[in-house]
Amino acid sequence: MNNRLSIRLAVIMLVIPCSLLVAFTHYPAIQALINSFWNNSSSRRPSRFSGIENYQALMEDDRLAQILINSTIYALGTIPLAIGLSIGMALLVNSRLPGTTLMRLSFFMPTMLPMIAVANIWLFFYAPGIGLASQILEVFGMPSINFLGRTDTALASMMFVAVWKEAGLFMIFYLAALQSVPTNLKDAAKLEGASALRVFWDVVMPLLRPTTIFVAVNALINAFRLVDHVIVMTEGGPNNSSALLLYYIYEVTFRQRDFAYGATLTVLMVGLLGLLAIVQYWVLNRKAHYQ
Amino acid sequence: MNRGLNRILLSTMGVVFAALWALPFIYSVWTAFHDEKYSANFQLGAPWTFENFIEAWQSAPFSLYFANTMILITIVLVANLILCTLVAYAFVRYKFRWAGFLFALIMVQLLISPEILIVENYLTLSRVGLTDTIIGIALPYLTSAFGIFLLRQTFLTVPKSLDEAAQIEGAGAWRVLWNVYVPLAWPVYLAYSLVSISFHWNNFLWPLIVTNSPEVRPLTVGLSVFATVDSGVEWSLVNAATLMTTAPLIIAFIIFQRQFVANFMRAGIK
Repeated sequence: MNNRLSIRLAVIMLVIPCSLLVAFTHYPAIQALINSFWNNSSSRRPSRFSGIENYQALMEDDRLAQILINSTIYALGTIPLAIGLSIGMALLVNSRLPGTTLMRLSFFMPTMLPMIAVANIWLFFYAPGIGLASQILEVFGMPSINFLGRTDTALASMMFVAVWKEAGLFMIFYLAALQSVPTNLKDAAKLEGASALRVFWDVVMPLLRPTTIFVAVNALINAFRLVDHVIVMTEGGPNNSSALLLYYIYEVTFRQRDFAYGATLTVLMVGLLGLLAIVQYWVLNRKAHYQ
Repeated sequence: MNRGLNRILLSTMGVVFAALWALPFIYSVWTAFHDEKYSANFQLGAPWTFENFIEAWQSAPFSLYFANTMILITIVLVANLILCTLVAYAFVRYKFRWAGFLFALIMVQLLISPEILIVENYLTLSRVGLTDTIIGIALPYLTSAFGIFLLRQTFLTVPKSLDEAAQIEGAGAWRVLWNVYVPLAWPVYLAYSLVSISFHWNNFLWPLIVTNSPEVRPLTVGLSVFATVDSGVEWSLVNAATLMTTAPLIIAFIIFQRQFVANFMRAGIK
């Protein structure tokens, strides 16, 4: 079989597509690293080499410290909650109960909506004195809460929005996994007298593990790269309490026009993602030995 | 007897949970179809109206935004399908040096996606003078690591004997790709297209940064501008606009629900 790649074919099949990919993935990552050692140019003077000045600023940035804490809470809060809910949803939809079509529609709908539409819907839901949240509180005789305007509720409110949007997508993956669980395994367990709960815990759950790993990796990456709702709903406020890392990069770079510090923050972001990838790889490899 | 009761109870709980889950969306839809004065206090018997949609449609150039989004998703989808096919085909059918290394290099994009590299990508775009253009929004997404991965997995399942038979009949590299590989990957192309369309229909941050003028704004950016421009927001209008801009996706989903779910599943498993 002729499987030598001629130069002409290689240019068309690999060089052109891959150079586009490299130009907007690898090149900007390296460029960010270079630019993080330079300061901003202005109309009066060009950019000059500044060594680790940007990184010193990074270390002393109190806002950044707060944002890193927010991002950690956001990831640790949304990922397990979304995974737990999506397993529950998949079990409900997969059961032969009446009403599953309606349930599937309801659970999956938020996933179809753009994050910006989701943000508008929840902005309205949370609106103090107007939104449904306030109207419901009023019915129970409670004062309305400005969910997005208080430092102690803003981040949690954003997290709930993210879970609402993502759980439906994860449900689909679990649904696929559940449907591939062999029924004879479950039947065998039932014959042995295992309760439904035992069957789920000891037979189904272990088979869902590859899906859970896949979903967790996806959720983690999404927790870093999706900040549309922060821009629309709170702009990171009040008092920085709902700002996430990518939102901060956006604000520093495109509102304060500080491209050098934006590049430095990008390096931090890429470094964090790389670190997480290594940890994940390590954990998965260790797990694989036991299987 | 006990089992039947359990089923009814569980089913009721499931439906109630699903209803609560959909509540914010349903209320937003309800408000979009009612006068502004009802958005702050829900009344079951309030009269239905279509006025909000007409007013929202007239107060911002939504038809232009729709056209821009259509152009954007078409450019990205066509480029994705062609470029990812080429790369996947090269990896599956040919042996060449550094293939493993190059593949790993491509897969980096799964982790470090263009959304994260907005700072430097914006600088690149302004250097080549493509800010504030639709091409500029599309450029970082033309080659997709996800698409390459998905298609490579699919092409690997194509029997080698089919490929060889085609070659014996005198088919060149392009004929083999077009007549053997592409037809067998059809369901995956469909699944990938759905994912790509919904991703780029929904994408917001990058288009927000790249665009300045209404002439090139996609729907998501247009919607956010509309929803924030006047501080005295009329919620019924915002909800109508939100519904309007996402309606095509929602309608498509309801029509193709089963295929959608099946295809998302297929895209996810691979």
